[in-house]
Amino acid sequence: MAREILQAIVDGILVGGVYALMAVGLTLIFGVLDIINIAQGVLVILGAYLSYSLSTKAHIDLFVGLLITVPAMFIIGVVIHWAFIRRLRGSERTSMTLLVTYAVALIIEGILYKVYGANDVSLSASYTTSSVHIFGFYLPWIFIYGFILAVVLVLAIYALLYRTRFGRSVRATMQDETAARLVGIDVNRVAALTFGVGVGVTAVGGMLFGATNAFSPNSGYDLISRLLAIIILGGLGSVGGALIASVFMITLESVVTIWYPTWAIVVFYAALVLVLLIRPSGFFGRKAVRAQ
Amino acid sequence: MNESSRLERALKGGGLLALIGIAIAFPQVYTNPAVTNYGVFALIYVTVASAWNIFSGNTGYISLGQAVFYGTGAYTMGVAARDWHMTGTGVFALLPLCGAVGAAIAVPLGLTALRVRRHTFIVITIAFFFIFQLMAFNLSFTGGSSGLSSPFLSWPAATYNTPFYYIALAYAAGTIAIAWLVRRSRFGLQLRAIRDDEDRARGLGVKAMRVKLAAWVISGAITAMIGAVWFYYINQVEPQTGFDPLFDLTIVLMAFLGGYGSIAGAVLGALIIEPLTLWLNTQPQLGGGSLNEILLGAIFLIVVLFVPRGIIPTGGEWITKLRTRGRPAVIPATTMGTPAAAESGTATSVTSAGWSAPTGKGSAR
Repeated sequence: MAREILQAIVDGILVGGVYALMAVGLTLIFGVLDIINIAQGVLVILGAYLSYSLSTKAHIDLFVGLLITVPAMFIIGVVIHWAFIRRLRGSERTSMTLLVTYAVALIIEGILYKVYGANDVSLSASYTTSSVHIFGFYLPWIFIYGFILAVVLVLAIYALLYRTRFGRSVRATMQDETAARLVGIDVNRVAALTFGVGVGVTAVGGMLFGATNAFSPNSGYDLISRLLAIIILGGLGSVGGALIASVFMITLESVVTIWYPTWAIVVFYAALVLVLLIRPSGFFGRKAVRAQ
Repeated sequence: MNESSRLERALKGGGLLALIGIAIAFPQVYTNPAVTNYGVFALIYVTVASAWNIFSGNTGYISLGQAVFYGTGAYTMGVAARDWHMTGTGVFALLPLCGAVGAAIAVPLGLTALRVRRHTFIVITIAFFFIFQLMAFNLSFTGGSSGLSSPFLSWPAATYNTPFYYIALAYAAGTIAIAWLVRRSRFGLQLRAIRDDEDRARGLGVKAMRVKLAAWVISGAITAMIGAVWFYYINQVEPQTGFDPLFDLTIVLMAFLGGYGSIAGAVLGALIIEPLTLWLNTQPQLGGGSLNEILLGAIFLIVVLFVPRGIIPTGGEWITKLRTRGRPAVIPATTMGTPAAAESGTATSVTSAGWSAPTGKGSAR
């Protein structure tokens, strides 16, 4: 039994790393634009389908294919921001952006149904089916590769945020948009690029999700609700919080699955509600989030 | 009260009576079940959207979890009728029970969710929604993924829809009346004060939690009852139809299309969208579900981007502009100031644009 729990914890940490990557994109978008991108879940699925097309039609390796899908998703993100998000202003902006991104999600989902049909598919390669035996744990290669890639990308996002001029303007915008504008930061450009980066990482998240799960066009709902729970738990706009929350939540779910496979996801949301009862701003949330 | 406003009141009153007359006569004129089916669904959604509006439209807390109540009502009806072996029309006596169950679950959910605001609140309502859907799938008494069937009604097929039409009409009228009473009352003013600035409202002595919870419970109880009616009408509830994410979204779309926060807006939005989606579903050349979804999303985008305040407020503005030919009709003494202030004043007083709201009471500012 102890062995199963340990295995579940290891799995949870590895899968949690992938969720962390998707959640970081979502929480960054929130931090800079003050919106929740409901379409993030279906964008992950779109990324997965792009990888699927590349690997089945053009026989490009899943990881190599990311060189194409990441820029593609980045551009999709910038376009969504330019076409829809940028135009919204005023007192109802919060609810409006939610509705707009929900509508975008619906449209993308509808297109995916049209193109790929409603059947479950999954990504396959030599490393999605084989596993390795380390320290007595059976770990599929894809979990290990995926975890490494996710960690590298999250570190890269950290470096981008804390070591570059662009990152400084992103953080300035997150802290105070008006002040950032006053010191000469092009807030619209920062917002567009952040949205692009936030959506761009879904290409990687989607590929890894698709390689470890069967997916269909409506898998996005399940994903987005998990991601939302994660970023709320971590504290909206907190990158570190998103990392910790995703590993915590996915590990919790994975451990509960040993005993109650059907109830694991309920525990997942119940944990969210419980934490928010004690700390309404999440693990690392700014107090302001609640006062808004 | 001058001559023209008296005329306007008479016109509005007459219009309302005419609408009620049309609504009552509808199934007598169009007896085809395929047509009355549209009427039943439209009225169910008028009720649901108006109930949503009582809470979310007044407080500004957007709930994306109304399906929790809708599904709970349907399941309460199903489980109670099955376990107590009720059949026939007697089952309608269970409706108050369904409302009570809806209210009973609304209290703990509200006490939890209403502690947080804005995005966090929305996400919590989504989380509740998923918890309830999973419970419907996994609990032993809910019938799992095959769901529950309603007791059989031995009504003739030709007029089967008519009683449901009148029940739904009664619920729709009742909900609109409640919404109107709430809007006019001190309670409604407190709710809108919370929407405009919760901290200031609290500072002025509004018991924010109590007031929000009351609106939430009213909205939940109504939604649960109409959910039970819907279940009895379509004879079947499954976890994914009783607790449907698109349901949550559709209500919000209805309210925003008609005019967020206005009573007439929610009604109009429901009357436009529900028949439209029903009709789209019956058009095989449109490829069924997926194109339907794309269209719904596209309508949504068009509304939010081009008519962001909804049909009723924007339409009202156009009519005023036409009538006054560009001259300002009435110069409100209180909102005069810098152009920016006047503009934000109109933006926040969307609430006053419905036909039922006395002008000037819309915004608590």
